[in-house]
Amino acid sequence: MRTKRTLLVISTLLVGSSLMFAGTVSGKVTYTGTPAKQKPIDMSKEPSCAKQHATQITTETVVTGSNNALENVVVYVSSGAPDDGQVPSQTITYTQKGCQYIPHVLPMHVNQEFEIVNADQTSHNIHPLPKVNTEWNLSQPPGTPPIKKKYDKPEFISVKCNIHPWMHGYFAVLKTSHFDLSKGGGEFKLPNLPAGKYTITAWQEDYGTQTADVTITGSETKEVNFTFKAKAY
Amino acid sequence: MRVIESICGCAGVLSLVLAASVTVSAQEAPEVGPKSPLVVKPMESRIGNLIGHAADGKSNYRRYCAGCHGDYGDSNGENSVWLDPKPRDFTIATFKCRSTPTGTLPTDEDLYDTIGRGITNSNMPIWNALGPQMRADLVAYIKIFSPRWDKEKAGTPIPIPAEPPVTIDSIAHGKALFAKLECWKCHGPHGEGDGPSAATLTDSKDQPIRPYNFALGKDDSRFKCGDTNRDIYKIFMTGVDGTPMPSFADVIQPNDAWDLVHFLRTLQIHRHGKENEVLSTAHGVIPPYVDKNPPPAAPADNKAPGGGQ
Repeated sequence: MRTKRTLLVISTLLVGSSLMFAGTVSGKVTYTGTPAKQKPIDMSKEPSCAKQHATQITTETVVTGSNNALENVVVYVSSGAPDDGQVPSQTITYTQKGCQYIPHVLPMHVNQEFEIVNADQTSHNIHPLPKVNTEWNLSQPPGTPPIKKKYDKPEFISVKCNIHPWMHGYFAVLKTSHFDLSKGGGEFKLPNLPAGKYTITAWQEDYGTQTADVTITGSETKEVNFTFKAKAY
Repeated sequence: MRVIESICGCAGVLSLVLAASVTVSAQEAPEVGPKSPLVVKPMESRIGNLIGHAADGKSNYRRYCAGCHGDYGDSNGENSVWLDPKPRDFTIATFKCRSTPTGTLPTDEDLYDTIGRGITNSNMPIWNALGPQMRADLVAYIKIFSPRWDKEKAGTPIPIPAEPPVTIDSIAHGKALFAKLECWKCHGPHGEGDGPSAATLTDSKDQPIRPYNFALGKDDSRFKCGDTNRDIYKIFMTGVDGTPMPSFADVIQPNDAWDLVHFLRTLQIHRHGKENEVLSTAHGVIPPYVDKNPPPAAPADNKAPGGGQ
């Protein structure tokens, strides 16, 4: 027992000190070709949601920005970084608003608690469809408290509302705390990486995954870019 | 093991092992060649004083169940392609009829009752002809197919308070809940299974599925998970896992749930029961519900906290 503790302390110190010289991987996610046109969503059956949108809402299978930027791509360290098992303590939230999921993709650590909020004036049922984790399905009428949940196995989980069939999103449950979701310009950033060799994976719900290997030697910032080939359909 | 992990943790070696499991389902190579022989784990079931044993359930499973549910419990029996809804896939251990909360394993009694009761509106027959011991053994046998049964215990059954008397007020309150909780979005304003979302519904394996049509219910009507008022109570409080029907356990108070049961029974317009008797005494009119104890106003500020980014 004492041995274990000592070793844990030493390892913590080592990891701690290595963070002082931590490097960063950052870059952009883009696409080539022409992405399929997103389908318009007809929310007329749910007026309380329809009136929240001044512009036409579309599906979010592929969300693009200027200069071929690709948004909502989960970029994470899939190999090389020790998962210290420390679950991030910050609360992350998946919000149902205007009959959409915000964010469309919620990346999280295995066993990290997250909150599901209904900010709408209509009932939703939150129905994630995991294959590896356990399936559940909960009703969340307006004004009810947030639902708190966590997943204990890594998996990309499709999320649906059966009442509003156009609502679709994802939970990205990862066995690493080094992850980011690409922003409007396709940019992402993975800081606090100690020196080492890493495999970085980018996951897009329609285009699949891409990986890149990168070596961090000190407190440097390495640029890694991902380019997905767009599917026309 | 912990010692090894700690050492590896600082050296950054273990990560390779950990990372290999990151995208479990997506990147695992498909299994090729003949399936590995099935291991009949020594699972048990307990239903009252009955104890079922998986080893004793094997021959009956292969005789009566495997044709649809498959030798490997994966719902790929030879009849499966012809069936709608599809047979249950025991390898994922998601069950429709439970007394336990959504996402938890059912109790042995739940599974035993399902086998004995069959599932109405599906091809799952009533297996009462098999004796109690055989059914108990089958309950134990279907546990060999999912590793969940090795690690998890059955959920704790949701509490069901005693049923209050049926009154026109309880029916009226149930009707208000049916509207407020938006049951009608799928089940339709008259419970005929024709709500605005009904046509779009799919189960968790992407198969189209219909919401229950209450109006077809006659005196012998059954629901998928039973035919008593307690069964209806359980269905919407636990949800029907694997289908679009969610659990309402966290959003309906226990006594309110009984009022909803009473109203749902009036949607079964051809059924003779105490609910429809009370309704006909009131000349078939459900009065508007008046909340005698209105709850304090909900906080108005229910804003979205920025999506965690």
